[in-house]
Amino acid sequence: MNKTGYAGKKGDKIRSDCYISITENGLENNSLQIKSKVSPMYGENIESQMYDLIQKAGIKGVDIVINDYGALPFVIAARFESALRRYDPAYKTELLPLKNNNLRGNTAKDRRRRSRLYLPGNEPKFFPNAGLHGPDGIILDLEDSVSPAEKDSALLLVRNALISTDFYSAERMVRINQLPKGLTELPFLLPHNIDVVLLPKCESEDDVNSISTFIEEFCITNGIDRRPWVMPIIESAKGVLNAYKIATASELVCSLAVGLEDYTADIGTKRTNEGNESFFARSMILNAAKAAGIQAIDTVFSDVADMSALKESVLEAKSLGYEGKGCIHPRQIPVIHEAFAPERTEVDKAMKIVAAFEKARTEGSGVVSLGSKMIDMPVVKRALRLINNAVADGMIPADWNSEKVDKG
Amino acid sequence: MELIKNHAGRLVPDEVNGVKSIPFMGVNGYKPTGTKIAKSVRSCVDFPLDGNKVVSSLKEALVNSGIKDGMTISTHHHLRNGDILTNYLFDIISELGIKGIRWFPSASFPCHSHLIPYLDDGTIHHIEGSMNGPLGRYTTEGNMSGMGVLRSHGGRYQSIQDGEVEIDIAVIAAPTADPFGNANGVNGPSACGPLGFALADSEYAHKVIVVTDNLVPFPCYPWHIQGNNVDYVVKIDSLGDASKIVSGTTEVTKSPDRLLIAQYVADFIEKAGILKDGFSFQAGAGGTNLAFALYLKEKMIKQGIKARFIRGGSTKYLVQMLEEGLTDYILDGQTFDLEGVRSMRENPGHINTSPFTSYNFHGKGNFASIIDAVVLGATEVDVNFNANVVSHSDGYLLHGIGGWQNCLYSKCTILAIPSFRDRIPVIVDEVTTLCGPGELVDVIVTERGIAINPLRTDLLEATAGSGLPIRTILEIQAEVNNICGGKPAKPRVDKTKPVAVIKWVDGTILDTVFKVIPQK
Repeated sequence: MNKTGYAGKKGDKIRSDCYISITENGLENNSLQIKSKVSPMYGENIESQMYDLIQKAGIKGVDIVINDYGALPFVIAARFESALRRYDPAYKTELLPLKNNNLRGNTAKDRRRRSRLYLPGNEPKFFPNAGLHGPDGIILDLEDSVSPAEKDSALLLVRNALISTDFYSAERMVRINQLPKGLTELPFLLPHNIDVVLLPKCESEDDVNSISTFIEEFCITNGIDRRPWVMPIIESAKGVLNAYKIATASELVCSLAVGLEDYTADIGTKRTNEGNESFFARSMILNAAKAAGIQAIDTVFSDVADMSALKESVLEAKSLGYEGKGCIHPRQIPVIHEAFAPERTEVDKAMKIVAAFEKARTEGSGVVSLGSKMIDMPVVKRALRLINNAVADGMIPADWNSEKVDKG
Repeated sequence: MELIKNHAGRLVPDEVNGVKSIPFMGVNGYKPTGTKIAKSVRSCVDFPLDGNKVVSSLKEALVNSGIKDGMTISTHHHLRNGDILTNYLFDIISELGIKGIRWFPSASFPCHSHLIPYLDDGTIHHIEGSMNGPLGRYTTEGNMSGMGVLRSHGGRYQSIQDGEVEIDIAVIAAPTADPFGNANGVNGPSACGPLGFALADSEYAHKVIVVTDNLVPFPCYPWHIQGNNVDYVVKIDSLGDASKIVSGTTEVTKSPDRLLIAQYVADFIEKAGILKDGFSFQAGAGGTNLAFALYLKEKMIKQGIKARFIRGGSTKYLVQMLEEGLTDYILDGQTFDLEGVRSMRENPGHINTSPFTSYNFHGKGNFASIIDAVVLGATEVDVNFNANVVSHSDGYLLHGIGGWQNCLYSKCTILAIPSFRDRIPVIVDEVTTLCGPGELVDVIVTERGIAINPLRTDLLEATAGSGLPIRTILEIQAEVNNICGGKPAKPRVDKTKPVAVIKWVDGTILDTVFKVIPQK
């Protein structure tokens, strides 16, 4: 039998993806066969991209067949490279797509992470529009949503998306696989605009140490300035008990997330709506995160049809002190943001505090007071942050305080 | 036949199926004078005095009507993709050995691919109506003997009234009818809603055959079709597949991107100041439009706003708005789901109107221009806001015009469209087929932002600083082309072989569909 390798998806229902096969033909030359649903519009474009890829790969003596269902160029490149690596496991050269120069940096250790939208790493059709829905973060998932046989292919697709896809104002996150496999994925991701690495099933500070060491060494060796943050996901009894050590293991850790599906299985029970079974874990993780001065992020809400239950769930998480929620459908995002939005009374109070602070500052006074009460700096800081969020949410105008200062 | 450039700069034939045609002369540029055609005089004593016009079969009715080669036969599309009657009709015509028929449906559906062999063998010479799905493919590949003619619903009506199309025999599917020929579409196993699109056919055709699968004793009321216009009544077992005639439920889209578009449309209508007490709107039955209606409804409830009227096609979502007191009226032209059919029976505010109250260009005004906002779809738009609704970027005909062109006259015409489908950008340099001149298209709403026609400075001003994602159409186009890997190539067509023409609402030729050269 001739040596062969193939990647991608095929079938009448496939959209925005393609299927590419590479088969040894025993000849000197290559043959290329293209079948595309968009051939009148992009047939020539696909042909020239394929010739370009074949040339860069330096492969000879193969028959290449592509069935295209409207795949974007970065998808075609990923599927071709994936087929090639499966055809020839010794093949090593990366075939990177065109870099998108419009990508903006949207990350900071303490930026808001209210909503993080999971996208299955092997489903490219969801990529280009995901950022339009305004999530705080987009997670390209390589773990649970990708079948074991497609992990290699999804990794190249996610890499290419990081290079070419605009996720707009969302932070660019990738959930790698559990260690040690996850470490082998990092070299494909670290050079390409990745903001946060989600570390699933994190059990102890050792996991964080091995990933942060790997990131540091890889970035130094390859001259990469930018290190991604690490968001450990705690999903086991052991992880819960180690939460504080995990949170403080590295400066790169920006937040702790909790994953309840695996956690409840680990402690031998089932998830309920009331959530008594996970109250300890969630409180523990929250306290560990706060003690370490980082964010605590709640689990995913997966019933996409029930928006009122989602709202309840977010309000409950917020009341515990959580600052973020995972979601799997874009329409969940506005519900999450609305539920996490500061309450009007909180905003009013914060506005008074900040106004008093500004007044004290313009008057050169070191003491901030509101009525007869002295106000401590941490309270001012919290109020400032709340005001920033309220401005970002459009609750109050950015110049809400300008008039008062002028008068003052 | 020669091809000439019309006012829109498009190449159009000066002759269609042997008849001289008038090229598009600009929006409102052509206003014919003269009189509409009159109907021939009939005497009631020439018809059964007992009111029983029932004959034993459709074949008999056709033969009695004097069917012969080259005639024009019309049907309506209210049975939608469940239509069995039209296919059965042409089986009989073929059996009679009749050739060269001009089929004049108010629209066609994929179920009519059954007729392709009759186009092949010359039973049907050409179609004037719409060429959807398989018929569109067939036509675009240059297989039809004559040239297809696509008209809007309003354009079809006036082509009959103005004498441009003379219907020899109208075959009207009637979900309920009496032996006199009174008929409606709201009762019976094949109920489809009102029969508005068969109105002109019933009034102007030389012979009118009503075919029903639910024959009731005189009188059948309501009578959407008046028996006084009917020659023959035929009872058959079944007009169509009920499950495909009216969907039990019309469903809101689940696509997050389309929901986002719908949200933007509702936000736009609010921020542009269109949403106010006593306003009116029209939105079709597509998943995006339904979602839009729901978002708009939320805003209306929150702000205590009530519409004066909503123009149908109605769906259960519009019916809910009527029944919850959010609008005084639904002025309906067709019903898209069973709730619409029920509501029309039960609610006095749910009014059955002829679609031509809204759609007819040759009348003393019409409703379309009274409506504050209409939300429509499109297959393509170009950077000058010209829009296409009949073909895709590969050059193939796929959809009919429907009421789309007629609706463009609303005070604010909004096209709600994704910025690209799979890899195919929807905003192009020049539309493949021109169906709607850009000066009538006010706003394009995509998931990547809202583009307002620069001609509408009022809308630009009203929404400035509103927080809406207002962008220029060129910005959105550039972003999408960047995602898709460059501008799409134009379809390869044979510019010497027109296969169909697009009529504008005034009867002039707006554009031409040329034969597509199949890809290697």
